[in-house]
Amino acid sequence: MLNYIWSGLVIISIFCSIFLGNTETLSKALMDSGASSIQLIITMAGIICLWSGIMKIAVESGLTSVFAKIFSPIIRPLFPRLDKNSDAFQSISMNISANLLGLGNAATPFGLKAMEQLHTLNDRRDTASNEMIIFVVLNTASLQLLPTTLASLRLAYSSQAPFEIIVPVWISSATALAVALICACTLNSSKRNEC
Amino acid sequence: MPVFACIIIVFGLIKKVAVFDVFLKGAKEGMQILYSIAPTIIGLVFAVDLLRSSGAIDVLCSFIEPAADFLGFPPEIVPMVLLRPVSGSGSTALLTSLFETSGPDSFAGRVASVLAGSSETTFYAIAMYFGCIRVKKIRHTLFAAILADMTAAVMSVITVRLYFGTS
Repeated sequence: MLNYIWSGLVIISIFCSIFLGNTETLSKALMDSGASSIQLIITMAGIICLWSGIMKIAVESGLTSVFAKIFSPIIRPLFPRLDKNSDAFQSISMNISANLLGLGNAATPFGLKAMEQLHTLNDRRDTASNEMIIFVVLNTASLQLLPTTLASLRLAYSSQAPFEIIVPVWISSATALAVALICACTLNSSKRNEC
Repeated sequence: MPVFACIIIVFGLIKKVAVFDVFLKGAKEGMQILYSIAPTIIGLVFAVDLLRSSGAIDVLCSFIEPAADFLGFPPEIVPMVLLRPVSGSGSTALLTSLFETSGPDSFAGRVASVLAGSSETTFYAIAMYFGCIRVKKIRHTLFAAILADMTAAVMSVITVRLYFGTS
C-alpha cells in the first residue's frame, strides 16, 4: 500500500510541475530534499538516542511497570490479546503517557520500541497484527492534553486567549480518535480470518 | 519535558540503578532504531518536498475550495487539511501564515488551531512505525487513520462554530 502512495506522490508531483511549468522549483526541491532529510535525521538522532537512554533507565528502575499499571484500564480493552506484563505493554503505556504530556519527541522512541516488541509476538513477518494497527492508529491521532506548542504559537501571533481553543481541541481529537478506533476494531475483528 | 526526564532519573537513583551506564546502553539502542528508520525518512522527505514544490496542492485546493466554502468550511483551511497528514513542518508553516493574515482569534484561525491540535502527521507516523519493523501489509491502518483525519477536520469546524460562533 505504501508503495502506491509513495510512487503516486512522486508521479503526481512531477506531472503537476510539468503541467504548471514549475519544473525549476521541483528540480531544486529534488536536490535539496537529500540535504533536508539528513538534517532531519541528525536532529532526530539526538532526540531518539537521548530518550531511548532515558527510557532504559525507566525500564531498569521499574518505573515503566508503574506506568503500565496506571494505564492498564485504558490499554487492556484496546489490546485484549496482549499480556499485561509483557514488554510491549509497558512500552505502549510509556508511549501513551509521553503523548498525553505532549512530549511527541519522547513518545516516538517508546513507540518504535513498542512496535518492535509487538512484532516479536507477531507470527506473520510481513503483515501488521491487530495490535500494531490499533497502536499506530492511536499514534496517528492526537492524544495531547495540553497543546502547549500550539498555544505558544497562538500567543506569538498575539492571540487574546491562546488556550481558548482547548475544549474544541479535546472534543475534536476525542471524536477523531473514537472514530478511528471503532473503525480499526471493527475491521480487525471482521478481517481476522482472512489474512 | 525536562520534568519528565528528571522524574525518571531521580526514580532510577532511588531504585539504585546505574543510571549513566543504563542510559548509554539505551542510547546505543536508539542509534539502532534510527538506523532502521533513516531510509523511510529520506524517502518521505523526498516525496513530500516534491509535492509541496510542484504546486499540486494548490491545484487540488482550487478544486476543493468552492465545495468547502459551500459546506461552510473556511476555504483558507483546505491546504492545511491536505498537507497535515504528510508534513508536520509544512502544515505548521501554513498555520503561522494563516495566523499572520487572518489572526489567531479569527474564525479561520481558530479552526486551524483546533485542526492542528487534534490531528497528527498520519503518513509519517505510519511509514515510520511500520518501516522500522519492515512490515509491508499494513491492512486497514491507513483507512482508519485517514478517517480520523477527516473526522478531525470536520469536527474542528463544528466545535469552533458551537463554542465560539462564526464571528
